[in-house]
Amino acid sequence: MNTRTHYDVAIIGAGMSGLAAGIRLAHFGKKVCIFERHNAVGGLNSFYSLEGRKYDVGLHAMTNFVKPGVKGTPLTKLLRQLRIDRDEFALCEQKQSRIAFGPRGETSLRFTNDFSVFESEVAARFPAQIDGFRRLVQHVRTYDDVSLDAKAESARAVVRHHIHNQLLEDMLFCPVMYYGSAQERDMEFGQFVIMFKALFLEGFARPFEGVRVILRVLQEKYRQAGGERRMKCGVQRITAEGDRATALVLDDGSEVTADHVISSVGAPETERLMSDQLEPVGARTDVCTTPVGRLSFVETITVLNRQPAALGWGDDTIIFFNDSAEFHYEQPPGQVDVRSGVICFPNNFDYGPGRELAEGWFRCTCLANYAQWANLEEEDYLADKARWFAAVQDSAKRFLPALPTPDALANGTVATDMFTPRTITKFTGHFGGAIYGSPQKHRQGRTALRNVYLCGTDQGFLGIVGAMLSGISMANFHVLKGK
Amino acid sequence: MTKDECKKVVLDIIADIAPDEDLSNVKPDVRLRDQLQLDSMDFLDIVMELRKRHGIEVPEADYMQLASLDSSAEYLTPKFQALAAKK
Repeated sequence: MNTRTHYDVAIIGAGMSGLAAGIRLAHFGKKVCIFERHNAVGGLNSFYSLEGRKYDVGLHAMTNFVKPGVKGTPLTKLLRQLRIDRDEFALCEQKQSRIAFGPRGETSLRFTNDFSVFESEVAARFPAQIDGFRRLVQHVRTYDDVSLDAKAESARAVVRHHIHNQLLEDMLFCPVMYYGSAQERDMEFGQFVIMFKALFLEGFARPFEGVRVILRVLQEKYRQAGGERRMKCGVQRITAEGDRATALVLDDGSEVTADHVISSVGAPETERLMSDQLEPVGARTDVCTTPVGRLSFVETITVLNRQPAALGWGDDTIIFFNDSAEFHYEQPPGQVDVRSGVICFPNNFDYGPGRELAEGWFRCTCLANYAQWANLEEEDYLADKARWFAAVQDSAKRFLPALPTPDALANGTVATDMFTPRTITKFTGHFGGAIYGSPQKHRQGRTALRNVYLCGTDQGFLGIVGAMLSGISMANFHVLKGK
Repeated sequence: MTKDECKKVVLDIIADIAPDEDLSNVKPDVRLRDQLQLDSMDFLDIVMELRKRHGIEVPEADYMQLASLDSSAEYLTPKFQALAAKK
């Protein structure tokens, strides 16, 4: 039983970043405890059971995949820092992915974990732009994206300097934005670089059993290193004296103290914990100086009694689509914007001969508006979910090969589920259903209190590998280096 | 502890923090960074593991003493000897 009341470091949230920070600190002898409000670890990248079936949330694929022997990339840094053998993640590579633009996906760029495929696709579809594209890639390759004090510049402006074609520009931004941008319409170039490398220069992979494999490894390392955790035990408040945090008030009203506090719950969310407000979590955002993110999502999940290949959908791992003349990565005025989105088939990774997931999975993600979902009566909420489920799926089907028969998808469906902005806030505590947090990142993880630091989404390393590196960097920078 | 034993201590640590590196031909007089893929995070880990495993403190101002195996041995051997004398 964990009944200690003082720790060297208290970590708020047992997501990827909190677990990674915890492993580092516990490994080097710090007394650490992770406080997690929910019963499950993982935060934004977790899994749950529904009617005996296990669902992944968040993770479509692990980005940043590189083959064994490739060094100096985020994945290898992460494995070294956490003393993880890469075989423990048992990553299987994607088959191929696509960016499909136009009402029926007429313009398509394929990519795989071999960057030359993407490059040749760009050369074939946009011959006038290929030299500019290569210059952009060169710039991305040499850019120092992990610097904790890089200057901010507009990614749109940098990309336009090299590429003079609106369609290609939007096609490059679509996956990069969908997989991590908290900012509407544009992003900070450093963030663009992180995601461009993660998606295109590195690549996609997935453990056969999904995100739980990664979480299992992290939990095991943390436990072996001597880290403690308290589940179903959130932090409701951080009390301070002067510019230092003095105690954490837990959900059950008890208090613990810590020399350092690392918060993975987000910047505005942490500011609320540090404020004097006593309202329940999520009730007040006006005490925050960091803006709440405006981008949220819905995701439909369809479970099939056959492999997607049986529907003619066996080739693509992930498809980023957009049907309009321009790509709009912004908060939609209505509940959902089905013009663009992401399709994922977790079945379509190379799991090895004869090895396939027991059921088929078809997931579609689209942009959504939190406020339009937040306060619905239960009955309306369920009706809207059902309506948008169909609309999202219909939109996505336009970018997939035609079904063998019109009712093949319906006939093959054995279960469905859907998350909305409301689900995200309920399970992650992120204000506004903002999966990618605030558009304003805090690279050095500093807060108004000297011994409280941010890690995770709002520190600004993106993706799940980014999340883990964020936890590692903040633990190193603020606690281990400073002793 | 001899200088050779000291080099082995450092190599053992590198083997654990960077298992993907081939350490069979590390030249003692060449900077580790020039023959292995080690970044500042990895050097921080060498320092931290020295403290954790052997109780040896390397202040940040002295990190450059760990540049090569030879310089590491030169710098760490007296520290190990001082520690042994205390016991």
